[in-house]
Amino acid sequence: MQIPYTVEERPDTGLYNAKLGVWLFLASEVMLFGALFSSYILLRTGDPSFMIVPHAIAEQLGHAGHGELRWPAELNVPIAFVNTLVLIFSSVTIVMSWASLRLRKLDKFRLWMGLTLLCSLVFLVLKAVEYNAKFSHHLLPGTANFLAIYFTLTGLHALHVIGGVVVNGYLWGPGAKMWKSDPARFTNRVEVAGLYWHFVDLVWIFLFPSLYLL
Amino acid sequence: MLGLLQRWLPPNASAHGQALDEMTALVHWLMAILFVVWGVFFVVALIKFRAKANPKADYAGVKSHFSTWGEVGVAIFEVVLLVGFAIPAWARWVTPHPEEEAPLVVRVIGEQFAWNVHYAGDDGVFGRTVPELVDPTNPVGLDPEDPAGADDITTINQLHLPVNRPVTVRLSTKDVIHSFSLPVMRVKQDAIPGQEIPVHFTPIATNDGEGWEIACAQLCGLGHYRMRGYLTVHPEGGFEAWLAQQKAKKG
Amino acid sequence: MSVLEKQPPEPEAHEHHHEEPFWRKYIFSQDHKVIGIQYGFTALIFLLVGFSLMLMMRWQLAFPGKPIPIVGGLLGSANAPGGIMLPEFYNQLGAMHGTIMVFLAIVPLAVGAFGNYVVPLQIGAPDMAFPKLNMASYWVYATGGVVMLASFFVPGGAANSGWTSYPPLSTIATQGQTWWLVGMIFLITSSLLGSVNFIVTILQLRAPGLTLMRLPFFVWSQLVTAFLLLLAFPPLEAAGVLQLMDRIANTSFFTPSGLVVSGEVLDVAGGGSPLLWQHLFWFLAHPEVYVLILPAMGIVAEVIANNTRKPLWGYRSMVYAAVFLGFMSFIVWAHHMFLTGMGTTISAFFQTTTMIISIPSVIILTALFISLWGGSIRFNTPMLFALAFLPMFGIGGLTGLPLGLSASDIHLHDTYYVIGHFHYVVAPGTIFAMFAGIYYWFPKITGRRMNETLGKLHFWPSLIFMNGIFMPMFVQGLAGVSRRLYDGGMQYDHAQDVLQWNSFMSYSAFGLLAAQVPFLINFFKSIRWGAAVDSNPWRATTLEWAAAPSPPVAHGNFPEEPVVRRGPYEYSVPGHDSDFLPQHAAVQEA
Ligand code: HEA
Ligand code: HEA
Ligand code: CUA
Ligand SMILES: [Cu+2]
Repeated sequence: MQIPYTVEERPDTGLYNAKLGVWLFLASEVMLFGALFSSYILLRTGDPSFMIVPHAIAEQLGHAGHGELRWPAELNVPIAFVNTLVLIFSSVTIVMSWASLRLRKLDKFRLWMGLTLLCSLVFLVLKAVEYNAKFSHHLLPGTANFLAIYFTLTGLHALHVIGGVVVNGYLWGPGAKMWKSDPARFTNRVEVAGLYWHFVDLVWIFLFPSLYLL
Repeated sequence: MLGLLQRWLPPNASAHGQALDEMTALVHWLMAILFVVWGVFFVVALIKFRAKANPKADYAGVKSHFSTWGEVGVAIFEVVLLVGFAIPAWARWVTPHPEEEAPLVVRVIGEQFAWNVHYAGDDGVFGRTVPELVDPTNPVGLDPEDPAGADDITTINQLHLPVNRPVTVRLSTKDVIHSFSLPVMRVKQDAIPGQEIPVHFTPIATNDGEGWEIACAQLCGLGHYRMRGYLTVHPEGGFEAWLAQQKAKKG
Repeated sequence: MSVLEKQPPEPEAHEHHHEEPFWRKYIFSQDHKVIGIQYGFTALIFLLVGFSLMLMMRWQLAFPGKPIPIVGGLLGSANAPGGIMLPEFYNQLGAMHGTIMVFLAIVPLAVGAFGNYVVPLQIGAPDMAFPKLNMASYWVYATGGVVMLASFFVPGGAANSGWTSYPPLSTIATQGQTWWLVGMIFLITSSLLGSVNFIVTILQLRAPGLTLMRLPFFVWSQLVTAFLLLLAFPPLEAAGVLQLMDRIANTSFFTPSGLVVSGEVLDVAGGGSPLLWQHLFWFLAHPEVYVLILPAMGIVAEVIANNTRKPLWGYRSMVYAAVFLGFMSFIVWAHHMFLTGMGTTISAFFQTTTMIISIPSVIILTALFISLWGGSIRFNTPMLFALAFLPMFGIGGLTGLPLGLSASDIHLHDTYYVIGHFHYVVAPGTIFAMFAGIYYWFPKITGRRMNETLGKLHFWPSLIFMNGIFMPMFVQGLAGVSRRLYDGGMQYDHAQDVLQWNSFMSYSAFGLLAAQVPFLINFFKSIRWGAAVDSNPWRATTLEWAAAPSPPVAHGNFPEEPVVRRGPYEYSVPGHDSDFLPQHAAVQEA
């Protein structure tokens, strides 16, 4: 006996195995980031001085005297905004890559998936630049709880991006061999990778305003 | 009948304890009834329907739905417990003593591994405390700058209370989580770092001779097992005498 | 009328011999049966480890300050100078006993072992949906286990802040706590991989005709369990990450400002909340306790249906109850936190949900009791363990009620009453169900039966000693004796009257160890020399017995895909010569 529904959909659930699998996995991811977001809200509402930059830091940042400095201040909104666009664009490109497979066009798939990878790398580079700037100003996770949350949430998200790069990179490179042997299944894999990537994108769309703007 | 658990529970010396014990007994009655009813059914079934006695099983089994009523019964009993006892008892447990009863306010500060007790002194005002000032001679970190603190009295592991006077313990901790437990008072409250939580109760008996204790109920490190304090409930006047004594000691 | 193809084909009939290299076949295997066995062995060994840690603690509780016999000398002067246990070490043992038992022994045994081996067989599937993932989840689990054990040997020893790891104690704790957190992240990852796999397998790989309401109750229990693991574990993972940050990046998610630890003001930014950890932890840990019990209930249901030779009474209501239990278990967590300074409204909410969640358990147990009525009960070893589960879980469950009412919890919270409560559910409860499962499915795995006499020699002493250990805990708890006391309460006046129970409980614990000897002999002896049996020795209706040989076909389980024609427990159907109708059997009208 072979394992059924690896490619075709099961009539009564209307899903193939991997697709159901990834939806469940994303459900658990929602709980993971959901818990972290709630922690953020709880800490922020629980501690009146959460958003206030500690005096020492404010001075060291040259804001001495000009009244109290409040938090998102030090974060680099332009970079984060660009990153948001980059990720949204990458969500489009990965859909295109899947669509091209549905149209039986492997080269087109290579192109679009390549673009997706490029976007992810741009995102990571910009993130690195951002982190670097913080560190050089001695803004570390331990400096204040706002930064702690900032580094934890964005860091965990960055790990998810890296995970995406690995998977997509595999499908773009060696994994594509499967196109010869089992095109339908390969297309499914790309679809599943796409679903994951949309989620990573979505998380950032929550992170951006809640950390950089509010 | 509500004395079901008396022989196992420690003596009760607080105004609210009686109610708690009775409700605990009530729950245990529910448990006992359930256990006995189900237990009897269980044993009878096992004997009556052992393969030897009943070689051919009955496909349908029990047809009546008495069990549904049993379950409804359990549910109703639980509702009664909740609405009739548990929730009111808790509401009483968390509501402060009315001011006119002039409750005695005491601060208790847990630390690894001791209970610091802080009385406001004659002025009835607690002196300001500062973490940086904490040291062996100044266990709660009283600020000498603050006049209100001048007459304050602090003890270690010695909680003295007057009988029949409402007490409000303002509970906090210097380091990790502890749990302030007075078994005879049916009092238990976690001490949470960064918080000061009020605990309200009224001692209604004095411990002549008996050693009453403050136990730490929350794991707080290697000395958790020996983080033990003493509770003394003085008869009329005795408490004031003790305070005076402490003042004298302080000089 | 008669039943065709009642007996599945005998083992030798379907052995196809394409040999794989040893390591592919037994080590990095992707066959759910092998993985299930790997899980089983590892978990049983951890069960023994968890027990051994506790035996040392029980010695200390019974004879405080007396050197531990036999092992005492091997523990090292950092833990037990002259064989006498230090409080630091006692706390390590306590924390690790809890962690190992919950996360490394019972869950892997109930889900990893039984779930992996039995679920695909019961739903007529050739394997789990994602064999590679399945293998990965085992090895991630094993890694987590190694990390946990290794933590005993790092400076300061293993985690010592309880299995609950409450900060700030855990934040300022020794390095072992970091290892604990890393280990937990491995275990959580493993559970997540596993739960995705189980849900997909159960929903997607069901044999034709096997509708949801025809699933054996065990499969239902695994399905609900998988959802609990999937959705409850991530918050603990989040909490673990935050505590890890607090420990290594000096953040203060869980530490407020102005703490003075042993005379020094703690140097952190502050502003954190110790209670945040408790909320995240219990949001997992309450559903987790139902993860410990649901598969047990599932096993007990299978064994009872089979040995009463009649259908489960109220199968549907049991299924609905299990699902409802799953949902409810996400909104009762704060009943572990009544005494952290909770207002009336919130406590009222959590008391109510806690009382509500007790109802489905009552329903499931009631259904199982009533299933006995009218049966033709066979008292074999699996059945004995399954039957004993009922009153034992009953005691554990019932004692949950006074804890669930915040007012009565004031006196009982963090006393031995709590320890008694949950051990009755997990030890004579879940462990007994696990034993029932081992005795019941052993012939499926090996084609041989375990010895009945040794089985009964295992059962009766175990039952007696279990109660000997845990019943006195209620007495000590009512007297107000705190848990996690290195000297078992010797210091306290209010504990004096009940102190004598400590040695009684410890002797019972040592007795319980002795009671496992017949099991170990039986277990290992029967693997080779147990009485050989045909494929369906219990005359069971479910697919794993009726449609597959014992042991099942190495790859693919079933000689040919079974087609399911009826519900899971069609025993003693009127008008049939045999007293059981396999789920897939075609009935020929005479
Ligand atoms: C498998 C594990 C398991 C299960 C199933 C349960 C089930 C329940 N638990 Fe328990 N619990 C734990 C494991 C479990 N618990 C653990 C590990 C802790 C401690 C954690 C720690 O602090 O370290 C704990 C602690 C704990 C607390 C916190 C106590 C405290 O710290 O102060 C509370 C409070 O509400 C509670 C309540 C309940 C309730 C109401 C149920 C209900 O679901 C029970 C419902 C069942 C019944 C009502 C029984 C029904 C049966 C019958 C009626 C028939 C019986 C009769 C015969 C068989 C003859 N539990
Ligand atoms: C699933 C969970 C689980 C299980 C099964 C157990 C099982 C046992 N537990 Fe424990 N326990 C906990 C979870 C569990 N415990 C937790 C969470 C705590 C709280 C920790 C804390 O305070 O943080 C605790 C705490 C705890 C305490 C309180 C310590 C204290 O507060 O200071 C005690 C005291 O007696 C105790 C005793 C026991 C005993 C005697 C058993 C026995 O029932 C063990 C029985 C085991 C066996 C009978 C072994 C069978 C194994 C085999 C036969 C091996 C077969 C092997 C092969 C075939 C290879 N446990
Ligand atoms: Cu303080 Cu335990
Ligand atoms: Cu719970």
